[in-house]
Amino acid sequence: MSGLIGSKLGMTQVFDEEGRMVPVTVIETGPCVVTQKKVTERDGYAATQIGFQASKEKHLSKAQRGHLKAAGKLVRVLKEFRGEWDVNVGDAVGAGLFEVGQKVDVTGTSKGKGFAGTIKRHGFSSGPRSHGSMNVRAPGSIGQCAWPSRVFKNKRLPGHLGNVTRTVLGLKVVQVLPEENLLFVKGAVPGPVGAVITIRPSVKG
Amino acid sequence: MNRLQRLEKSLIPQNQYDAFAVGDTVRVHVKVLEGGKERIQVFAGVVIARSGEAARESFTVRKVSYNIGVERTFPMHSPKIDKVELVRRGHVRRAKLYYLRDLRGKAARISEKDMRGKVAAAAVAEAVAAVAAAETVAPESAPEAEPQG
Repeated sequence: MSGLIGSKLGMTQVFDEEGRMVPVTVIETGPCVVTQKKVTERDGYAATQIGFQASKEKHLSKAQRGHLKAAGKLVRVLKEFRGEWDVNVGDAVGAGLFEVGQKVDVTGTSKGKGFAGTIKRHGFSSGPRSHGSMNVRAPGSIGQCAWPSRVFKNKRLPGHLGNVTRTVLGLKVVQVLPEENLLFVKGAVPGPVGAVITIRPSVKG
Repeated sequence: MNRLQRLEKSLIPQNQYDAFAVGDTVRVHVKVLEGGKERIQVFAGVVIARSGEAARESFTVRKVSYNIGVERTFPMHSPKIDKVELVRRGHVRRAKLYYLRDLRGKAARISEKDMRGKVAAAAVAEAVAAVAAAETVAPESAPEAEPQG
């Protein structure tokens, strides 16, 4: 299985061949460098580790520098993709890995929203704001009385929202600029502008 | 300017539609697909708004058709727009002319922009030609449109 690490540049729009407007997220996908190959005999599973975003020597520990020696490039972010992938350590991979029309899955960390109420977090409806209503953004009843005498597990309540790893499945690749290492995918991807995200061929094909 | 802004700029032809502004009367030539055949349909009216920037820019054209106000918003760089013809420059003091929606008839007129002193009337004709040229020939070879003013 192959994949890339990228950085979200933001959203814009392009037009397809029929003149329809397509909302796209622009992802800078490289240059990524293959930093390690894991093989079943030695590591117990097959995987390829790639690195992204150049780093300075002073920002890496001696152990990290040693690990990256074989790749010959100092990078800030390392990610592993399980399965077979026909590349060697030190190879550069970029946006050219994907082609227009292909479906991809994009994984990233969603924007943190802090402690959020049930309306924002779970899409509850709000109560009336006037006519003496005292229940505007309150969740309402959270259960019964004598039985079960407790709140059920997984009851949707206020709490922390966002800042979790999320994967968006089946985004269509709209445009690929291999020489600039840019990937245009249709729709939104998790996280703020500048977020580090991973792009894989879609599991749904 | 960040990377995305530079990219957006590179995605669109330079100065393609600088030739018209809010308040101008334009004729928008739209490609319409009808029964498998493509033809040009003209939407003529006053530009009441331009919004967004670079590749995301759009403009709104308002006309009054059989006493009914009709507004249409076009993506500035839509390939469905064949060309935008400048009919008349208007003198306006707003970036958005939404107040026109509440006006009827004579009150909804926009006075013509006084172009004397800055550029002669011929320059307007040149701008019209520039827009037309920008559509027909490659954008980089199009003559410079006259400065806004």
